[in-house]
Amino acid sequence: MKKLALLSAALISTLIISCGGETKTQEETIQSPIATGQESNAPVYDPKRGEGKFDESNVKIGPLNEAMAAKGVAIAGTKCTSCHKLTDEKLVGPGWKGVTTRKTPHWIMNFITNPDPMIDKDPEVQAQLELCLVRMPNQSLADEDARQILEFMRKNDSSK
Amino acid sequence: MKISKNSILATFALASLLLACKPKNTSNAVSGDAAAKAYVAPGKYDEFYNFVSGGFSGQMSVYGLPSGRLFRYIPVFSVDPEKGWGYNEETKPMLNTSHGFVPWDDLHHIELSQTKGEQNGKWAFANANNTPRLARIDLKTFRTAEIIELPNSGGNHSSPFGTENSEYIVAGTRFSVPGDNDNGDVPINSYKQNFKGHISFVSVAPETGEMKIAFQLRTPGVNFDLARAGKGKSHGWFFFSCYNTEQASTLLEVNASQRDKDFIMAVNWKKAEEYIKAGKGKKTPVKYAHNVYNESTQSATSKIEKEVLVLDIAEFKDICYFIPCPKSPHGCDVDPTGEYIVGSGKLAALIPVFSYDKIQKAIANKTYEGDYEGIPVIKYEAALYGEVKKPGLGPLHTEFDANGNAYTSFFVSSEIVKWNIKDLKVLDRAPTYYSVGHLCIPGGNTVKPWGKYLIAYNKITKDRYLPTGPELTQSAQIFDISGDKMQMILDFPTIGEPHYAQAAPAELIRNNGQLKIYKIAENKHPYKTNGEGEARVVREGKKVHVYMTSIRSHFAPDNIEGIKMGDEVYFHVTNLEQDWDVPHGFAIKGANNAELLIMPGETCTLKWTPDRTGIFPMYCTDFCSALHQEMQGYVRVSPAGSNVPLSFSLNKPVAENK
Repeated sequence: MKKLALLSAALISTLIISCGGETKTQEETIQSPIATGQESNAPVYDPKRGEGKFDESNVKIGPLNEAMAAKGVAIAGTKCTSCHKLTDEKLVGPGWKGVTTRKTPHWIMNFITNPDPMIDKDPEVQAQLELCLVRMPNQSLADEDARQILEFMRKNDSSK
Repeated sequence: MKISKNSILATFALASLLLACKPKNTSNAVSGDAAAKAYVAPGKYDEFYNFVSGGFSGQMSVYGLPSGRLFRYIPVFSVDPEKGWGYNEETKPMLNTSHGFVPWDDLHHIELSQTKGEQNGKWAFANANNTPRLARIDLKTFRTAEIIELPNSGGNHSSPFGTENSEYIVAGTRFSVPGDNDNGDVPINSYKQNFKGHISFVSVAPETGEMKIAFQLRTPGVNFDLARAGKGKSHGWFFFSCYNTEQASTLLEVNASQRDKDFIMAVNWKKAEEYIKAGKGKKTPVKYAHNVYNESTQSATSKIEKEVLVLDIAEFKDICYFIPCPKSPHGCDVDPTGEYIVGSGKLAALIPVFSYDKIQKAIANKTYEGDYEGIPVIKYEAALYGEVKKPGLGPLHTEFDANGNAYTSFFVSSEIVKWNIKDLKVLDRAPTYYSVGHLCIPGGNTVKPWGKYLIAYNKITKDRYLPTGPELTQSAQIFDISGDKMQMILDFPTIGEPHYAQAAPAELIRNNGQLKIYKIAENKHPYKTNGEGEARVVREGKKVHVYMTSIRSHFAPDNIEGIKMGDEVYFHVTNLEQDWDVPHGFAIKGANNAELLIMPGETCTLKWTPDRTGIFPMYCTDFCSALHQEMQGYVRVSPAGSNVPLSFSLNKPVAENK
């Protein structure tokens, strides 16, 4: 049944968006009083930033850091590349080529660490879901993991 | 079923009487607001977890209270093809014993781990009544983490009761038998000479929970039934009910019911511990399996242990004392203060309540009426606090609330009786439908009962539910005990025959560090595949190891060729998901065992021996995404001498694929 719920969540997500509703789990309501407090005066979703803990103030981009990118390769090998190619070819999900030019660094880090709310809210992700039909899983990335994967994506985009 | 056939017959015989003088029909036992009290709205959580023994299913099930909703059943002593328990390579060792692989058992009782006499939410312990074993279930994963076999034992019934810091979980044999190291090829009717009881004290490591048989007490041959540890002032003592002190080996129904009184055996386990520390334990050669599931390698190992330390209680005069207790005592329950020990003679018409202080005084003054096989027998009156007079017929088990009340189940008269521990007066009685066995009050065995609900686990269901042929569902009933009178609020069906159960507050279990996923970086399974880049197939002679990954929604590799007749194929499937509630399944046509059900970040192994050549589909069994139905693959099996090379692929263009 839970799997059916996932499926129906994917199918009815547009409905949810159009009603402005949120799929709020009991887990969140019980365990995160702070989060629920924020939801009562919920900020408008910012498609440039996404939703999550990252923004311009805490994601700084400098010259490409090779060591960081190398760590990103290893994490992506376990958690990402089953579904994403490094080219622009779609596999299960879209190819990674060019993602750092289309999206801001903090949007990418928010999306890969906090996919579920963004799948429900972000118009471009919604459009992508209609193509892919599989919701991107939350792969439980640590903040550091996300930053390293971002660096690997930057490296992937800087190569010819 | 622990009850004699006579009692069952008596129940049926009494049924019409009961119906005549007790409630006319079930509706007048249920009052108007019952539904509201048991109602938990959709999406809301229950107040308590209820861990319920599955009896002859060999499993433990988990319900919510007060809704009676079933959340999960946890395979413990019986194989479970749904979860691959006992079928996948990782868990097969968990069911190993000195008799080899044993796929079934009979799980009767549950004990939740404690600190200072209160529940701590770490583990549940469970007993195997047939091939004697003790299991520890980890409440962070809701999986069986350890199973230890018990040597020198028949059925492990008097178990898994624990001390107030879970220092020891006990395992007393129901059937006395010749010791494993004694000559067991003896006439059955030589019970008195050759049959012995053994009670294992299994220590539990405070951090890891790892179990070890610290020592065994060798006792005269009797049947050990149930037990409870002392608590508070009586911490350091253990109390065991014994029946068949007649030492019968045939028609126990009659021959073990001859004496007016059997015994409760009081054990000074601190004293026994001292003797063990002083090196008095006798090293006895035995064979028993100790099976441990390693969460890091995600695999179980089974080790056969060869020795156990035994203290013969006849040689140590200050470890054990017998207390006479009327008519085949069953339950032997200690109240929250640790002062009162309630014996329930299942053929008796009264409930004796013993006093810990009086027992100590009787021992100090040697107020004995004699001895039984060399063990002192304390005078009944010297140990007795008082008797609950005419409480009902066939008392079995007692649990406690926090207000000084006891609740005793009566099998024969099919009711629960509430009585006050201090003045021994009956306060209330409520009928059960039908023939109640064990009772559970959340925390009702601890120094701090949570009270609020009482659950009756019934032995007979009869007309309570829509019939399902000759075999009917097993059932339990929930009573609200927050007021002066018990109020029945719900019936709920259970898995297997429910014996004992315990319940703990939802928050205690939810916030115990419960796992949502296995972190893939911490997966040390020797056959883990760390991402699709490492997916591969490796031949080692006739053994073929498939290093496979699963993620929504495909396997890698999903095309495998070059498998030949005579090969043993091991599918080591690693679930790359790192999100809660996204297991993947794995099944392949013709597998003679079961499926795999692989949690996020976990690796599981299915052994498959193809029996014919051809193309074999494999697929994901657990609905995982909108494209779950696409999560499939093929294995090609060729004849033994074939020259088809071993190959594997995922998404390989057709033209290149030979």
